[in-house]
Amino acid sequence: MTDVGNVQAGAVGTPPVTVRPPQVVPLKGLPIVAAVVAFVIAAIAGNWLWALTFCHVAGGALWTAIDLFVGLVVGPIIARLSLPARAEFAARFMPKMVLLMPTLVLMTLAAGFQLALTLGNLSTASPNHGWLVASYCVVGVMAVIALGVLEPANIAVLFEMRKPEPDGAVIARLMRRFVVTAGVTGVMQVATLIIMTRVATQ
Amino acid sequence: MSAGPAATAPPAISRRFPPVAELATVSLALVVVGGILMASYAPRRPPLGVPTALAVAGAVLLLAGGYLTARARPLAWDRFFLVFRWALLAYVISAGMIAFAFVKDHVRGAPLALVLVLLVIYALDVPLVIAFTVARYSSPAGHA
Repeated sequence: MTDVGNVQAGAVGTPPVTVRPPQVVPLKGLPIVAAVVAFVIAAIAGNWLWALTFCHVAGGALWTAIDLFVGLVVGPIIARLSLPARAEFAARFMPKMVLLMPTLVLMTLAAGFQLALTLGNLSTASPNHGWLVASYCVVGVMAVIALGVLEPANIAVLFEMRKPEPDGAVIARLMRRFVVTAGVTGVMQVATLIIMTRVATQ
Repeated sequence: MSAGPAATAPPAISRRFPPVAELATVSLALVVVGGILMASYAPRRPPLGVPTALAVAGAVLLLAGGYLTARARPLAWDRFFLVFRWALLAYVISAGMIAFAFVKDHVRGAPLALVLVLLVIYALDVPLVIAFTVARYSSPAGHA
């Protein structure tokens, strides 16, 4: 019988696998997050055009690419894995996502809003105004899904896996939620790509 | 549902809980819509009627979620507060950064006050959803 931190799998003849996430939030990553946040604050405070553009483009590219890759490539693969394999993947993958994604989202949105203001794209007279409002709506839907559904499921999985006897049914339910919501946000990122390339070429 | 400390709780997956996460998520959606409405007028002064109504509705749902959480039995309160306080720290920083951007961009008076109210609701909604989701699947102290 395979188990991941005692997750019962029912597979016969495979060696036991015991993987528990050492930390829910990887503490070693916090200084990097703090540095990124400080950089974004400095960029906004100084209206530093290059830094705002860098934060928005680099953060947005990573956010979009990771969402698309996780939602449309990794998610369907996870959905077909055995429960122990899903649990082992989650134990290594989700702690990183807990730090990475909120940081990228904060970096992209904060810098993007300031950049749009600085470049005059927020003005109703700008041809980009309508596209930007559309992007707010797309981001708003993604934010509610990510903050209200996906992130709580991520963190609950990590806490479940740190128990002496994790409940496989709980992990399976939460991972299903993760896979579905990651897919939805991945598809919505296609809309973001269309909107942002329109904004850049108007 | 109530049980004495010595009772054995049913498996976490089959325990029934009030819809706290759902209420807080709808509250979050309302404040996000309010924020989008206000941001869509930037840098002009936005009309405040609809965003105010959304903020009030969001606050009511948040309070309802808090009330139902306080009545939820059995709940792993130690786990709930552990997660809530760290998530609160993270989302206060996030909300503070958004508030900083609005202040920096010379948003003042009633629009700023409304943005701050929306951000307070946001900074409480997300920790509540995360902490409740973790606690509902955790074993309460005194239960198996």
